[in-house]
Amino acid sequence: MIGRRHSVFWAFVLAVLVGLVPEFASAAEPEALLQPTRADYPAIAGVSSRTVVWGLAQMHLFLAAFVLAVPLFVLCIELAGVLTREARYDDMAHEFMKISMAAYSFTALAGGGLTIALFLFYPNLMDFMMRVFRGQTLIYAALFGLESICLYVYYYSWDALRYGDRKWFHMSIGVVLNMVGLGLLFIANAWTAFMMSPAGVDPSGAITGTVWEATRNPLWNPLNLHRFLANIAYGGAIVGAYAAYRFLSVRTAAERAHYDWMGYTSNIIAVCGFLPLPFAGYWLMAEIYSYSQQMGITAMGGVLAWLFIIQAVLIGTILLAANYYLWCGLGRTERGAHYAPYVKYIAVVLVGGFLVWVTPHSIILTPQEVQMLGGTTHKFLGPLGIMPAKNIAVNLMLVFTFLSFQMFYRSSRTPTVSWAKAGNAVIVALYIAGCLNIVAAGIYGYLTPTVYKVGASVPQVATTLSIIVFAAAIDGFMLRGARKTDVHWGRMSARSQYALFVLPVAFTWLMALMGYIRSSLRTHWHVYTVMKDASPEAYIPTIGEAGNTITLITLMFMALIVFIFWLSQLGATKQQAPVAGSAAGEAAP
Amino acid sequence: MTLFKVLAFSLVILLSYTLFANILPQVQSDPPPEEEPIAPEGMDVAGLVAWGETLFSGKGTCTLCHNDLGRAPDILALDLGTVFGERLADPRYTGKAKGLEGAEAVRAYVEESMVEPSAYVVAGFGKKGTGDKVSPMPAVNAAPILLSDTEMDALTAFLQSRAGVDVTVPLPVAAEEAIAEAEEEEEGPAETAQAALEKFACSACHDLEGSEAEVGPKLGGLGARIGRDGVREAILDPNATVAEGFEPDMMPGDLGAQMRVSELELIVDYLMALPASGAQE
Repeated sequence: MIGRRHSVFWAFVLAVLVGLVPEFASAAEPEALLQPTRADYPAIAGVSSRTVVWGLAQMHLFLAAFVLAVPLFVLCIELAGVLTREARYDDMAHEFMKISMAAYSFTALAGGGLTIALFLFYPNLMDFMMRVFRGQTLIYAALFGLESICLYVYYYSWDALRYGDRKWFHMSIGVVLNMVGLGLLFIANAWTAFMMSPAGVDPSGAITGTVWEATRNPLWNPLNLHRFLANIAYGGAIVGAYAAYRFLSVRTAAERAHYDWMGYTSNIIAVCGFLPLPFAGYWLMAEIYSYSQQMGITAMGGVLAWLFIIQAVLIGTILLAANYYLWCGLGRTERGAHYAPYVKYIAVVLVGGFLVWVTPHSIILTPQEVQMLGGTTHKFLGPLGIMPAKNIAVNLMLVFTFLSFQMFYRSSRTPTVSWAKAGNAVIVALYIAGCLNIVAAGIYGYLTPTVYKVGASVPQVATTLSIIVFAAAIDGFMLRGARKTDVHWGRMSARSQYALFVLPVAFTWLMALMGYIRSSLRTHWHVYTVMKDASPEAYIPTIGEAGNTITLITLMFMALIVFIFWLSQLGATKQQAPVAGSAAGEAAP
Repeated sequence: MTLFKVLAFSLVILLSYTLFANILPQVQSDPPPEEEPIAPEGMDVAGLVAWGETLFSGKGTCTLCHNDLGRAPDILALDLGTVFGERLADPRYTGKAKGLEGAEAVRAYVEESMVEPSAYVVAGFGKKGTGDKVSPMPAVNAAPILLSDTEMDALTAFLQSRAGVDVTVPLPVAAEEAIAEAEEEEEGPAETAQAALEKFACSACHDLEGSEAEVGPKLGGLGARIGRDGVREAILDPNATVAEGFEPDMMPGDLGAQMRVSELELIVDYLMALPASGAQE
């Protein structure tokens, strides 16, 4: 009976998808787009249309990033539990899912609110988007339904499908869940990327291509990769905050140990998602330049240039917090003291890199200031403001963040292989040669035209990734059969946990900031070069105005997350049965 | 208490970011203003050049890339008088300015660069990986820049001026004049000889269709005298043979450019059939 029901369901999904195939294959009738005028934007009770849509879109994005990312690393942790046969992995994965469950319905609510707001405030834009993407919107809706089903089945069948072959079946559900989740992410990204780099339409706005052509527009894949990695980092940071809060709240040593380990794992997930993120960012920016040099310059050298200084502050904060947490973690192991003296050098590199990154190139100056500086840029600090210097800084910061992680990993393991000394020497040489190469490639960047500067960062990125991959691989072989010492989970200061709160706050603000930048790149176009934004709010707001809005949205999201955490705890709370003679419902001591 | 401390800590971080965003220079980027129609009256060459300069750093957004940062040739710093010659002499250049010289060569090169930037890409400035075959520059008459023909003329005038050659682009014409010209262009060819004579105002100078005008010679019997080719030459190149008693340059020399072939033949047919004076009655 159950099998038959499944068959009916899958037949329905297949019918929907097959029915929509012609929508992908055929182009619509070419018809020039009628550009909207000011009168086409309804003014409703003095409400700022853009702020409403901005808030709802950002809230939907925060929640969606969280609920799409958690099942991704939960599945990996679940697999780790199966491979190591340690129940704690499975318990932690289950707990991560529990946290994200309550967020799911809020994601749908924010998405529904966003859709209504868009149709209400921007009817012409939505009409055009619907004509471009046609049946794909129905596929999106169908996938959303499928995602709900998979998510609930995956979560609620956790204990029922926990051991043996059933576990593999459970993980298969997790795979389907993640595939569907990625499908949703990629479709939504196609719409966003289309608005920046439209394809399948001619300059008059006439639809000349298929839905697939509009989908695989020039910025689609760079955006897919960037958001995929960012979601993982973000999801890790959010559950890390949950673990830190629980660590600070619980009373017993066993609970503290559990939540300390959970926080450490979350931090690793966040850092693992974060380390390749700047490279995905480079790719996205290189593709933006390639698609439209004007758009690239608007971002990096125009009105939005200052925002990248704020971005540097945020990323600097994230890296410093993540590293601080890792350094504190050295106290959990006996050999941690052996590595502690190196922390100050890593700190110098991180702070130095951070300062270089926040150094602006050209700033708005008064005539007196220009006179005092002797030009529009500072004589010595000016060169630190351009991309080559920043590329050196960010790559070194990433390399040394990995070093912090590697030190903690090694602090509970003593290699026993005969070639340990040579292996260590190779790792040290790898770091030194890699860092020199990063600096040399950066200096080369000064000597090449601007158009090649972004490309000049490729060898730096390759070097950073090589250091990480090779150092991890050598460690992997060298520490095989290593003598392990205990990791005292729970032996962490309360202060260290606050680093885990910095991550989600900075990440949330950073994501909203990057969303604002990405959206502003379209300047006064709804769909760049095709459909103009004729609304009264077609301007790019000042950094201050944007910052205030971003803070407001972040506060609302934080309030929601606190509520979600509270809900997940409420679900685990059981009222004790009333003792005979006491008032009904009153908890026994 | 823990929750309160955590929230307060998070709030402090948030507020520091907000404060930082508010102390940075605040710039609001407005959409470009609605275009004011250009008043062509009184716009001479100098005015056109000045307007082109404004467009170069304004609506045309040329200085975004054509500056000293190496994204594109720094036009304002280059000696354009020399540079244009070098570009046209480049064996890779096969565009519309090939074979032209002086101001017209500069005009053709600049106009081509604006609407077909990839027609010729200066070495080292092409899109990466294209071997300088594809330019990163957008066509300026397409979105998002969307310059009009007149605005492109102004930019060309500005660059011709920078190159030290004569400005050869047409000055902007008044709107009414432009409309009249456009309407005239849209007018179909004359379908009868009389309509063609009226369209080109032949009878204003010649005694045709009873006009009795005497500015030009009488044309009765012309066909018999000079033949069909002679009549055709007299219309297309009136100074080739000037009738006795009349001055050269009296008749417009550009009728060939204005007439359709069918109109020319209608008039030739008419004149060939026109009897000598006296017989016309």
